[in-house]
Amino acid sequence: MKFGVIRFPGTCDDVDAQLAAQRVAKAELLWYRDRDLKDVDAVVVPGGFSYGDYLRAGAIARFAPVMESVIEFAQEGGLVLGICNGFQILCECGLLPGALLVNDHLKFVFRQVTLDVVDRNTPFTRNCPPTLSIPVKHTTGRYFSPEPVQVVLRYAAGENPNGSQDDIAGVVNNAGNVFGLMPHPEHAVDPLTGSVDGLSIFESIEAAVAERMWVA
Amino acid sequence: MRARVLIRPKAGILDPQGQAVERALPALGFSGVSAVHVGRLVELDVDDATQLPAMCERLLANPLIEDYEIIENA
Repeated sequence: MKFGVIRFPGTCDDVDAQLAAQRVAKAELLWYRDRDLKDVDAVVVPGGFSYGDYLRAGAIARFAPVMESVIEFAQEGGLVLGICNGFQILCECGLLPGALLVNDHLKFVFRQVTLDVVDRNTPFTRNCPPTLSIPVKHTTGRYFSPEPVQVVLRYAAGENPNGSQDDIAGVVNNAGNVFGLMPHPEHAVDPLTGSVDGLSIFESIEAAVAERMWVA
Repeated sequence: MRARVLIRPKAGILDPQGQAVERALPALGFSGVSAVHVGRLVELDVDDATQLPAMCERLLANPLIEDYEIIENA
């Protein structure tokens, strides 16, 4: 199985995401100007500051050539994981419901958070333990949706770092094949940095693809 | 044509920037200030002003969280 990790101008977590994915499968970078997804089995839209977060976080990246292919890939059932800025991009392009707003306290937040995995029946969380310890680092992470959404991850009680509606940290689309989250699982894959819980998300995707339940 | 687009946070959605400005003004001695909201201003020259609403819907604003107002011949 092979992951594809997108690199936009301004992306900074692409290599960490690639290294994390490479712990469970193959993974290569996908250039934002290319429409070719190189036959990957799952796409990761990583964190960072695509296009400098100009206008709104993710607003311009959604129109990059590679996103046309990602949208098509998702519509055909391919697995797409959006982390932080990737989550913002997936919301902006309509693959996920809702939007991310500036944190209620207006400050950049960088800390380890505990997450409740409230839905472990997704291809992204099937191998996850009931709670995860994963870092967040963002200024624009306050999730908002006027419509009900399928919540997968919530910040544990008292740990909401940004004022997100209903403590929402991660959501899936109705079809269940597109997942976005603000915390960074790719930064929690080595004991050196305090937690390996993030790995379970990459392992879940690998297992789902191995069963060919979610292959585009 | 010169146009101006005003983009505001939708009513009812928490606007922490507006709140921060509202708290800062009294600290400088300005009193009687309330309901402060902070948005964005986009100025642009356009050949075809009928395209402005589509530009707002697709890029300049996020209609889920923002309202926009188009001022033509600005």
